[in-house]
Amino acid sequence: MELLGLDVLFKGSNAMRLLQGLGVAVEISIISVVISLVLGMLFGIFMTWKNPVARVISRIYLEIVRIMPQLVLLFIVFFGATRALGLNVSAELSSIIVFSFWGVGEMGDLVRGSLESIPVHQYESAAALGMTKGQIYYHVVIPQAVRRLIPMSINLVTRMIKTTSLILMIGVVEVMKVGQQIIEANRMVSPNAVFGIYGTILLLYFLVCWPISMLARHLEKKWSN
Amino acid sequence: MRKRFVGIAAVAAALVLALGLLAGCGSSGSSSAASASGSASASASESASASGSAVYRTLDDIKASGKIVIGVFSDKHPFGYVDEGGEYAGYDVELANRLAEDLGVEVEFVSTEAANRVEYLETGKVDVILANFTVTEERAQKVDFCDPYMNVALGVVSHDDNVITDLSQIGDGEVIVITGTTAETYLTENNPEIKLKKFETYANAKTAFENKEGVAWANDNTEVIAFANSAKGFTVGIEELGSLDTIAPAVSKGNTELLQWINEDMEKLGAEKFFHAAYEKTLLDVYGADYEDTLVVEPGQAK
Repeated sequence: MELLGLDVLFKGSNAMRLLQGLGVAVEISIISVVISLVLGMLFGIFMTWKNPVARVISRIYLEIVRIMPQLVLLFIVFFGATRALGLNVSAELSSIIVFSFWGVGEMGDLVRGSLESIPVHQYESAAALGMTKGQIYYHVVIPQAVRRLIPMSINLVTRMIKTTSLILMIGVVEVMKVGQQIIEANRMVSPNAVFGIYGTILLLYFLVCWPISMLARHLEKKWSN
Repeated sequence: MRKRFVGIAAVAAALVLALGLLAGCGSSGSSSAASASGSASASASESASASGSAVYRTLDDIKASGKIVIGVFSDKHPFGYVDEGGEYAGYDVELANRLAEDLGVEVEFVSTEAANRVEYLETGKVDVILANFTVTEERAQKVDFCDPYMNVALGVVSHDDNVITDLSQIGDGEVIVITGTTAETYLTENNPEIKLKKFETYANAKTAFENKEGVAWANDNTEVIAFANSAKGFTVGIEELGSLDTIAPAVSKGNTELLQWINEDMEKLGAEKFFHAAYEKTLLDVYGADYEDTLVVEPGQAK
């Protein structure tokens, strides 16, 4: 215990504070993930449109999402919006906006990929059977696309959860920040706390992300045959 | 087997999520000023944007809202940190609490990082920054500094058997510095003849110095003093090197009303030796009594 500095974890309300920090991170991820999934689906369908204007818009959006580091986006929304537009966005809301912006873009691309992976002859065969466009999507395309989509989108979800560690830079006190606070407050008394606390945080992230990726693997296996 | 595994995983997920959410809700529900929550920043600029062009809140705005938003470090022991009870504490926080008390408002802390302190003031997301903020020319163009309440300079610590009290004593020896610190810049510019041994992290520099690599170690004087006090066999031979910098509260550029009020209040605090008391309460354990007068500035009192 002493060697790893784990004793620090049980001082005062330190353990509870870490869990509260995890709660903040999980809360922000869940909200962003839900928004990303819903809007990402719509954006993905939009991306498959042949309309040149739609293509340019989705291209630019996707490139911004891919090129801009999340930290820069966080600073733009949190500080930039206030500076340029006089809009005051709270740190939590900024995080949700940025994570959703990122999630919708990536999710949209995944949806587009899954939709386009359905061979053209299936659309044509369904149409030949007299199905309407809606019916084709509902009965033929979506069931197959979703199977290809779920493992990849769950991967995105775990990435988003892990990336919440950046939001401490705009003042959100989440699990990483609480960890740093605990380590620094005990720098003199237990210098080894750095191992114990970061180790605990590692375990917490793992406990949140691992079941999610197990679910992905399970679904992948189940649907592969 | 596979099913059971997934089942266990699902239960584990549900448990962790539930615990986290419960804890999260608990914290956001409490309105305690020191709940260490980042949501605090909201109130500071709500009225700022309402009042039009100015980003900051005036003294009257703050009084009317009953709350002053102060940006502090939450992980820089012993200046601004969060103790094991989840309460903000430290030398900077002592002053923050006292300013709020004198103003008759509650204090709301926002956890800031070294890199975003200026930005918080420029966007009016906090009223005051009290985060070990060193006064520099560059920063003074973007924010307004109040009167200083602390001194910082470079310091040089050396081994007890070869105490360096002047840079000329170094001769052929090497001086340890951490890359990117003021100490490195200062020595490179002003004493190019001195050989430097550079390390990337504090931990590496510390280990190297303890193992007698290098005759001396140059860093912020607070850092070297804290080091010499925590380990045996080392003496801070040079307490103040180079230009003497000060640490002061800062407000948004142009918020003169708040600036003047803070300066007046700090002058009163200086008269009652508030900062010595704060030093004894928060910094004494780390820096020891010997450095009290080196580090502390009582505003309004000639040094």
